[in-house]
Amino acid sequence: MSKKGRIVAGALAPHPPHLIYAENPPQNEAKSEGGWEMLRWGYERLHRELPWDEIDAIIVHSPHWQTYVGTHLLGVPHFKGKSVDPIFPHLFRYNYELDVDVELSKAIHDAGKEAGLQMKMMTNPDYRVDYGTIISCHLANPKWNKPIVAISSERSNAYYNVDVMQERARALGEATRKAVEASGKNVLLLSSNSLSHRHFVTEGELPEDMSKEHITSHMLYLWDMELIKMMKAGRTREMIDVMPEFTANAIAETDAGSLTWMMSTMGYPTYPAEVYAYGSIIGTGNAIVGWHEDPNHPVRKVAQ
Amino acid sequence: MNDTIVKGLIVPGLPQPLLCPEKNEGWQQLHDGFIAARKEIEAADPDVLVIYSTMWPSILGHQVQALPQPEWVHVDELFHDLGSIHYKFDIDAELAEGVVEAGKARGLQIRTTAYHGFPIDTGSVVALKLLNPDNERKAIILSSNVYSDRAETIVYGKALLDALKAQGKTAAVISVMTLSNRLHTEFIEPEDDHIHSAKDDEWNRKLLEFLAEGRLEDCAQLSRNIQKQIRVHKVVNFKSLWWMSAVMGAHNRYEGEVYAYAPLYGTGGAVVSLTPSEVGAGEREFDEADVEVYTGERNVLAGTKTRSEGPAPGPGSDVEETLT
Repeated sequence: MSKKGRIVAGALAPHPPHLIYAENPPQNEAKSEGGWEMLRWGYERLHRELPWDEIDAIIVHSPHWQTYVGTHLLGVPHFKGKSVDPIFPHLFRYNYELDVDVELSKAIHDAGKEAGLQMKMMTNPDYRVDYGTIISCHLANPKWNKPIVAISSERSNAYYNVDVMQERARALGEATRKAVEASGKNVLLLSSNSLSHRHFVTEGELPEDMSKEHITSHMLYLWDMELIKMMKAGRTREMIDVMPEFTANAIAETDAGSLTWMMSTMGYPTYPAEVYAYGSIIGTGNAIVGWHEDPNHPVRKVAQ
Repeated sequence: MNDTIVKGLIVPGLPQPLLCPEKNEGWQQLHDGFIAARKEIEAADPDVLVIYSTMWPSILGHQVQALPQPEWVHVDELFHDLGSIHYKFDIDAELAEGVVEAGKARGLQIRTTAYHGFPIDTGSVVALKLLNPDNERKAIILSSNVYSDRAETIVYGKALLDALKAQGKTAAVISVMTLSNRLHTEFIEPEDDHIHSAKDDEWNRKLLEFLAEGRLEDCAQLSRNIQKQIRVHKVVNFKSLWWMSAVMGAHNRYEGEVYAYAPLYGTGGAVVSLTPSEVGAGEREFDEADVEVYTGERNVLAGTKTRSEGPAPGPGSDVEETLT
């Protein structure tokens, strides 16, 4: 029997373009004086702690590939293009080049279909990859040396409610796990979303002026902390159970289903997650969090 | 009569009427409706086309496309299998700057965007490709802010009018929108397309009945009901008609023409033209106030501190209207 594929880690990997802007990588045209260091350093620690030698592919679920009909997956082996953020074009104009693990994408597509979900492969070579996918993948792996699988967000929250979104994201997660295990590949999962998601509607002259940055409201901060406490305690089933209330009250980007999908794919870890950073970006609440399969990871050893 | 705005159009933004009209009778009717509307534009001969697109959401205030010649190969994120759309548009950068200036003078957070590769939304691309295929006229494109509500939207419309008047330009204003916006949630074959529900269909037809009578402001005043009844709540409110009415004139004196109404993957697509007229349905009783200056958001989440910091609301503002 061939080797069974594994999920070696999952990470909550938010995608505000500010983090790329602040980092000044050569791919981005916009240049900054820095900013949001706690979050960027959190991403650096996440990157350092991931077992890159083991990882064959990165699977990312993005709120910014919004498909109101079905779940879509990239189905072209290589993309090269320019991504400009429609909301923050002054911060993010990024020249990207990436490889897609089309075989694994297709396997997830087929598994989802078998589970009764509406699934579609995206095979148009002119397609521009969404900026959520690009930003989360860049920050988790700036070398871009692993192929990705990009999964769209089917917006069933908008068409029904958060509960329907949850059910579909759970089913998609189960299908993803099945496909990964059958593939024999080791993968990293990325849930590309913020927590609370109420933006400021104005911006200062200097976007990276950290004296102006704070969470939009204390209530949103409290909700974010509730969720993070559950992550740290390994209470992920409870976290998913409370997700509809959290999403509604924190105006959270979890409405995209990314975090629910990731937890379902990982089988709802009961071990503690490593919280690498929490901070606000233009008022939204962002956490960088890792769930490590390795029982010898320090965060898991401390809990034992 | 408003001499600045010579024509108002409502058009849908999904790509089927541009990319594959032949696959469905209704999509073809919408395509043909675009062509009829294009002829109306040619006859009215405005200096510029102004697109307000519900498919271009903004968060930091309002954005106005100002790159003189944006060029790209566009692929819709949902209907990518229908093909790629190459575009090259002529943008009236001077007018875009003027709108920003006028918007700031009226209290709006607003700026231009002029970057190569900026993702112009599918709706704007479809509208300009079908209504202005050879760039006969320059255009500008305006975003639709996710959080803005009526007062801000009306002021946004008035800022456009200020800019047009200041530059002595006439315009056709084009609202890219569906009526009911509920897509099918399962993949369908083109021949199986239909309006998602009978309720959506009834509301759509009622709105079209009003628009055919030239009752733009009546429809605008129904916006909150439209949002509740036939819109999936992706943004805080349905505001296209508020904007359109603010630009064209908040009354019902228009000659309306419904060129097409058909399902577009479950949504209600329509091509409608409104021409300013001395006749039409005349004045009606309106429930909501006219607004001249936007006095800022009221920071509901963060408390009421900001209110006392900003200028006092005018007698006709939404703030006062809400408090009384």
